[in-house]
Amino acid sequence: MTRSISYAHAVNEALSQAMKQDKNVICYGLGIPDPKGVFGTSSGLQEQFGSERVFDMPTSENAMTGIAIGAALNGIRPVMTHQRLDFFLLAMDQLVNNAAKWHYMFGGASSIPITIRLILGMGWGQGPTHSQNLQSWFAHIPGLKVVMPTTPEDAKGLLLSSIFDDNPVVFLEHRWLHNQDGNVPENPSFRVPIGKAKILRAGTQITIAGMSYMNIEALRAIAYLQTLNISCELIDIRSFNPIDWNTIFNSVRKTGHLLVLDTGSETCSVAGEIIARVSMEVFSSLKAPPARLALPDIPTPTSFALTKYFYKNAKDIVAEVAKQLHFDLPHEIPELEKKCPHDVPGNWFKGPF
Amino acid sequence: MPLIDSKIAIELFRSISKIRIAEETIAERYGENKMRCPTHLCIGQEAVAAAIGIALRKNDFAVSTHRAHGHYLGKGGDLKAMMAEIYGKVTGCGKGRGGSMHLIDKNAGFMGSTAIVGGTIPLGVGLGLSIQLHKTDQVSCVFLGDGAVEEGVFYESMNFAVLKKLPVLFVCENNLYSVYSPLSVRQPDRRQISNMVAGIGCVTTQADGNNAPEVYDLAVKSLMKIRNGEGPVFLELFTYRWREHCGPSYDNDLGYRSKEEFESWKKRDPLVIMKNYILKNHFGTENDLDAICKSVVSEVNDAFIFAEQSPFPDKADLSGHIYSEGC
Repeated sequence: MTRSISYAHAVNEALSQAMKQDKNVICYGLGIPDPKGVFGTSSGLQEQFGSERVFDMPTSENAMTGIAIGAALNGIRPVMTHQRLDFFLLAMDQLVNNAAKWHYMFGGASSIPITIRLILGMGWGQGPTHSQNLQSWFAHIPGLKVVMPTTPEDAKGLLLSSIFDDNPVVFLEHRWLHNQDGNVPENPSFRVPIGKAKILRAGTQITIAGMSYMNIEALRAIAYLQTLNISCELIDIRSFNPIDWNTIFNSVRKTGHLLVLDTGSETCSVAGEIIARVSMEVFSSLKAPPARLALPDIPTPTSFALTKYFYKNAKDIVAEVAKQLHFDLPHEIPELEKKCPHDVPGNWFKGPF
Repeated sequence: MPLIDSKIAIELFRSISKIRIAEETIAERYGENKMRCPTHLCIGQEAVAAAIGIALRKNDFAVSTHRAHGHYLGKGGDLKAMMAEIYGKVTGCGKGRGGSMHLIDKNAGFMGSTAIVGGTIPLGVGLGLSIQLHKTDQVSCVFLGDGAVEEGVFYESMNFAVLKKLPVLFVCENNLYSVYSPLSVRQPDRRQISNMVAGIGCVTTQADGNNAPEVYDLAVKSLMKIRNGEGPVFLELFTYRWREHCGPSYDNDLGYRSKEEFESWKKRDPLVIMKNYILKNHFGTENDLDAICKSVVSEVNDAFIFAEQSPFPDKADLSGHIYSEGC
């Protein structure tokens, strides 16, 4: 059975169903059992599964990651959660030196089935240290898997796949997606495979490869472009390690145009990698130089006045498509004006984080 | 002097000899340039590895550091697989991917050693957490050095182990140096590591790390407490590395430590201390001990022959085991 639930609810359901399916699944992180339950994603888990398996933790990101690795060496499947990715940077040593390498450097003797949920902030003055999107860092490390679901359905299916994968998986959740609703299968055996992209909208004239919240902006842009009879294909990349190259290449072979949307900084981004590979592998299909829309190479500012010029949105996507396909746009596009301030996902969002 | 029986005493002697002879042979043959990886010898520190390894049960876990040969062998790790690993052979315990600093033998409960200082401390604590969740009576042993105590992850890990009363034995080999840097430039004068750890809330003890019977006795008592659910124990064991930080040679010519200091530690050779203990207690004769050494020499030689004769991994092995296939 499928019904409409929020992204946060889908994450919560995946955690709960995983813990029910396997008693070795444990869940911890700062604030996991607190009254807010990490934006509702962990609400009720401790009541359901007890404080041995669901617990708050000391403010020790690095050791707690190593502890997850150690527990995983003896059959535990830990799911760790961080309310912002930025805090997890303290744990890069354990992630990169141990989790990512362990299976390889011991010749396959052990594997590290851990899932690291990292929440990405945006808007409401999250600023330089509460809003970094470092998917390219993680994707750069052999031995890690990296996923970044956009829809509630994928949030559930990819989280279950991550938890039951025998490798370390970095699971990136955009804060602005938590309140998005969507149809999600209730079935506890529902899975979305890691390493497969998904065509969110089929189209013929340009391939837009997007990720996470930028896909929401892309859907708005595509709806508008449709009124101009421009047909876009939107691919949700979803998985950054491994990347589903075939889906991207096939789409570009069909459309001849590529625009990649990235939620992170431009230089050395995943978008850059995708453009490089497409240029190398399907160059002859390209009718124009590929383009990317990413954040400028600037730390995220905090001020409402500055973030206005920092983030990209549907209007920027439409402009890029027009540039690549050579058509003119009206000066004003009222359909693309947001009905709420630029620094929140909707008027329901009142901060503080 | 602690009371240990002849069987344990002989086991301790055999284990110390095995570590000593294996490493002396590595040092002797390192110049052949066939062992092509950074290699950190623990000659002079073998008593800790031998005593803790024998005090632990086979199904207890251990994790270790860049200087792991002793801990691996003491815990019962396969000597041939270790030598083959150092030679970069496919028969090595990590199929040639890890080398000397990355050893593993899960059959012996030796869960892995790594090269980043302090890197395995939280892993040992995580193994402790898994033991608590699985409700078995195993113990997880974390080998670390005095340098690792300076890493942030050490405090984080200790805190959690104490918080959750995890079944973890921390074995800190204080050999007074981190590479060439003495304790005096790294940690405040007069502050004992064990006192500081006691401040975190862990039960701690100091002992002479060159005296295997003493370390064994202390370990057995500590393990009993830990299995009893009393939480982690931290042992600070004073010992001394004879050779250079990394490599086969002596490095006293560098002048970072005094000849007197070196000689005074060398006089307290763990192997000689163990030998004298056995002779004094009539647990064995000189001839018995010579026979043990001979059999160890032959075991070590066999391991070197095995390593030398084993094949190298081939090109196809390069990209294997990046990911675990199960999911």
